Amino acid sequence: MSDKKTDQGASQQENTGLNRDMKRRTVLKAMAGLPVLGLFGVGLLDKRNYDLSKKNSIIKDLGLDSLELPKSDYGQKKSQGELIRVGFIGFGTRGKQLSNALGFMHPDDVKTRQQKNTLNSWLEQEYLDVAITGICDVFDNHAENGLATAGNYTRPGGEAAPKLPVKRYRTYQEMLADKEIDAVIIATPDHHHARIATDAAKAGKHIYCEKSVALHEAELNELYETVKNSPVVFQLGHQIPQSVVFQQAKEIVKKNILGKITLIETTSNRNSANGAWVRHLDAKGNLKPGDETVIDWKQWLGAAPEVPFSVERFYNWTKWFDYDSGMIGQLFTHEFDAVNQLLRVGIPKSVVSSGGVYYWKDGREMPDSLHCVFEYPEKELTLMYSGNLASSRSRGRVFMGHDASMELGNNVIIHADSGSTRYREQIKSGAIDTRSPLLTYNPASQQIDAVSSASEKYYASRGLTTTTLNGRAVDVTHLHLREWLNCIRNGGTTSANIDMAFEEGITCIMAHRSYVEKRRMEWDEVNRRIV
Amino acid sequence: MKNNYTRWQLTFLVALRFLIGWHLLYEGVAKLLNPQWSSVGFLKESQWILAGFADWVVTNPNILNTVDFLNTWGLIAIGLGLILGMCFRVAALSGFVLLVVYYLNCPPLVGIEYALPADGNNLIVNKTLIEAFALAVLALFPTSKILGMDALVDRFKIKKEEK
Repeated sequence: MSDKKTDQGASQQENTGLNRDMKRRTVLKAMAGLPVLGLFGVGLLDKRNYDLSKKNSIIKDLGLDSLELPKSDYGQKKSQGELIRVGFIGFGTRGKQLSNALGFMHPDDVKTRQQKNTLNSWLEQEYLDVAITGICDVFDNHAENGLATAGNYTRPGGEAAPKLPVKRYRTYQEMLADKEIDAVIIATPDHHHARIATDAAKAGKHIYCEKSVALHEAELNELYETVKNSPVVFQLGHQIPQSVVFQQAKEIVKKNILGKITLIETTSNRNSANGAWVRHLDAKGNLKPGDETVIDWKQWLGAAPEVPFSVERFYNWTKWFDYDSGMIGQLFTHEFDAVNQLLRVGIPKSVVSSGGVYYWKDGREMPDSLHCVFEYPEKELTLMYSGNLASSRSRGRVFMGHDASMELGNNVIIHADSGSTRYREQIKSGAIDTRSPLLTYNPASQQIDAVSSASEKYYASRGLTTTTLNGRAVDVTHLHLREWLNCIRNGGTTSANIDMAFEEGITCIMAHRSYVEKRRMEWDEVNRRIV
Repeated sequence: MKNNYTRWQLTFLVALRFLIGWHLLYEGVAKLLNPQWSSVGFLKESQWILAGFADWVVTNPNILNTVDFLNTWGLIAIGLGLILGMCFRVAALSGFVLLVVYYLNCPPLVGIEYALPADGNNLIVNKTLIEAFALAVLALFPTSKILGMDALVDRFKIKKEEK
């Protein structure tokens, strides 16, 4: 209490006399925060210098200070060039996604997006100067969806986009024979891919083909020869490498930051009926529509053995060997493409696969647990694939080098290896901590980030969903189609061209045959055939 | 302003003002200096009554940019206001509101789990909420007219009235 009295006394004195000394004291008191601010400034400078020097030393040591990132011209060009008329062969779920990426959407989906407030981001997608002028699907419902989608003018490009008539073709041959079609997008079940693509190349149509490229060696060889000897532009549907993250990872591999890579582990895990290709029931558990009055079953079967009509086969074709190669064709193809785009490993010397149907015992042929080992003795590395459809534990995709490992997903995370020769000194001195990422790459900022805060490190490990170009989130499938269309107009090579497709096709056929035939498959490099 | 505080009361009130000011100022400056920073990560975690608002911000790039800008400069302004004792009451109350908004986006309630690791162990109450209430207390026990720029403003007003 005595404190209070003296204080009060002092302030009373202050108030009574307005002399200069008092004014000075008031000013001094008013400035009480300045020393605190000064201290803050000193601390801030200190922290900033520390962060910068740490970041710079690691980035310099790794040679990343001169890293050049490819600049994208995305969204900068007003017009792409001449209009390309595209025909869709197959308009199921994937066909719908591809049409969205191309800049077309079904009126119902436009409404849904409007309600969800996500329509504008799609409308901001670059207009690709294309028109969907043909739809071919053996199922009437799908074909009608396709026609409604192609004829909807709510789309990037808007009213300025040309309004061309859309035609339905009963067979893909009819579409290929039509001069009004410049290019085709093949999104049928896998057993049709190679045959349709080969015929399309013969008809001089440019091809965007979904994976897998082929189920049999003979049809793959024919497709390869046909495309190689024709002027058409071929693109296989692997959109993942369109992500800027991939270009970044490529630079990192080029700079040899990982050291010698001897093992690459790729995985896929899913744990749902839909993920296990049980897709013939709707959300309420009712059978999805479709019978022989609206589905041309004979055409759907194509060259596959004749079986009676089955809604289950129609929707869940991935479960049977006649139409697909399961996890290899649907999931590993993406993994292989990722690895091949980065390291150009090519066709392996040998493949061993093993697995079984352990969970989804619904009469399927396709294994739900599958593991393949691909050997590359000349490149001195092993590629592994492990897939499971009854556990969704995420295992990622990891490139293991002597000096560091790289986890590559929607972003890049690099950990130095505790046994590394190259980083021994920095690890010893504490400049590099092997427990936290040495480098992360944030696609949003297009910047290498060597030292980041705990929460940033955490987000890096979770990954982002779309890639970012010039500050905009962009669908990678859209970019993949855009690349294909650019090559049609201006020449150049697509990233998933026929050579890449051939290497991938052979590798997948080897893996699938190894599982089916229960033996090790080898690639005869001289005669270019599987033995 | 008349100083009715004891020396110890004044010392700790001003110290608390400096500490919170320092913290908020650095939160703002750190965001300003980090070109990669965005409130997306935080807002994506939002799960309680403000989840809808957070979702709206995240899905609208322009609004997100505005929120990021206001957040960064708001923190800096509040931090400076607290340390310098300038427009103190406005600073303290804005700080209170801002921190309560942070809290309401990610309150540590039973049954809500966050992907981002929390700072310490929290049950309903966390440090953000405590800091918010500390600011409210500071606003009710102002010190800026005794030790702070607001004293000058006060003095200026008195002089004007005398004239």
